[in-house]
Amino acid sequence: MSSTHPAWTERLEARHPPQRHEKLLDLIGETPLLRLRRLVSDLPPEVEVWVKLESMNPGGSVKDRPARQIFLDAFEKGDLGDGKILIDATSGNTGIAYSMIGAAMGVEVHLVMPKNVSPQRKDIVEAYGAKIIYSDPMEGSDGAIRLARQLVDEDEKGQYFYADQYRNPSNPLAHQLTTAPEIWSQTNERVTHFVASTGTSGTIMGTGRGLKKFNSEIQIIGAQPSDAFHGLEGLKHMPSSIVPEIYEEEELDGVRWIDTDEGWDMADRLASEEGIACGNSAGANVVAALEVAGELSQGVVVTVICDHADRYFGE
Amino acid sequence: MSVQVRIPTPLRKFTAGQEIVSVDGETVGEALANLMSEHPELKAKIFGDNGEIRRFVNVFANDEDIRFQEKMDTKLSDGDQVSIVPAIAGGRS
Repeated sequence: MSSTHPAWTERLEARHPPQRHEKLLDLIGETPLLRLRRLVSDLPPEVEVWVKLESMNPGGSVKDRPARQIFLDAFEKGDLGDGKILIDATSGNTGIAYSMIGAAMGVEVHLVMPKNVSPQRKDIVEAYGAKIIYSDPMEGSDGAIRLARQLVDEDEKGQYFYADQYRNPSNPLAHQLTTAPEIWSQTNERVTHFVASTGTSGTIMGTGRGLKKFNSEIQIIGAQPSDAFHGLEGLKHMPSSIVPEIYEEEELDGVRWIDTDEGWDMADRLASEEGIACGNSAGANVVAALEVAGELSQGVVVTVICDHADRYFGE
Repeated sequence: MSVQVRIPTPLRKFTAGQEIVSVDGETVGEALANLMSEHPELKAKIFGDNGEIRRFVNVFANDEDIRFQEKMDTKLSDGDQVSIVPAIAGGRS
């Protein structure tokens, strides 16, 4: 690794060991953990807030992790392979992750999305070669779930593997096996609170279980839109939604309720005050994390930046 | 002149479960105002304190976003359809 070439002695602070990988799947995870600075200037220095930059996964979102686990577990069980098509309902990021991994592994992917999904989403998944099936935009993500279930029920040829991210235990397992140990290690085993909003709930359930195994005292806090009619990308207001089967609220130490406007405003502030351009669900995560942090005299609070803002620009 | 307003699932509790509400209106603004007077609880869900449509709410007149038409002044004809759609699946402008 070491070199005596003079070029290696310059600007050490800007240099990282370059990585190389044999497989695309190996690029998923091991995302950086970054400390918030300016947004937390009113907190005591003993209270740290860190964000895990899941936007730096190769598919651009946290959903690369569950998608990879779902593919791997399905191949292991024989649910995929032999020309089977992966199908699922998704409001966006999971679809991008499935499409990317499907392309790399040679698996056909069909996605059920509400028709009002942004044009960029359509373009990205189609570039990866996935097929989109549209559901009624008035019914939101639940409408997409219902249509996916119907297509699977009517699949007499048995061509589909229904990935079912809302019910598939591989989804939380991905976070238990990867996200949790990464956070434990990246915080030097000091994490006290993990906060994440819930869509499928895979992130909070799996990371929560994983972290509790390291230290059962770690507080696991979920966050949800405060209203059934909301604009927080990919999140679910559980009291009015089809509740994902993988969601076990009794395992959480608390739930925070976030207004759409708070999430959107925080996403803007993360970009302009921290240099972290992210989607509004990440904004909601940071609102909840700062709420939790504001009640502490000391602690290490970790949350997730689910995806990058550029995914939402230019409608 | 009567137009049909499509109500998204999470707001149907304010329209007695109706998916489609028929209201009068020559423009999208008039149709929405008449919808609000019939179902006042919808107002705070769709409009912000500043009287503008909330950022995450998209209104379509005949399948086209009114932001790309004449906004609240978008003209309507008898039987036209207005849809209120949360930007829950992307589409931030």
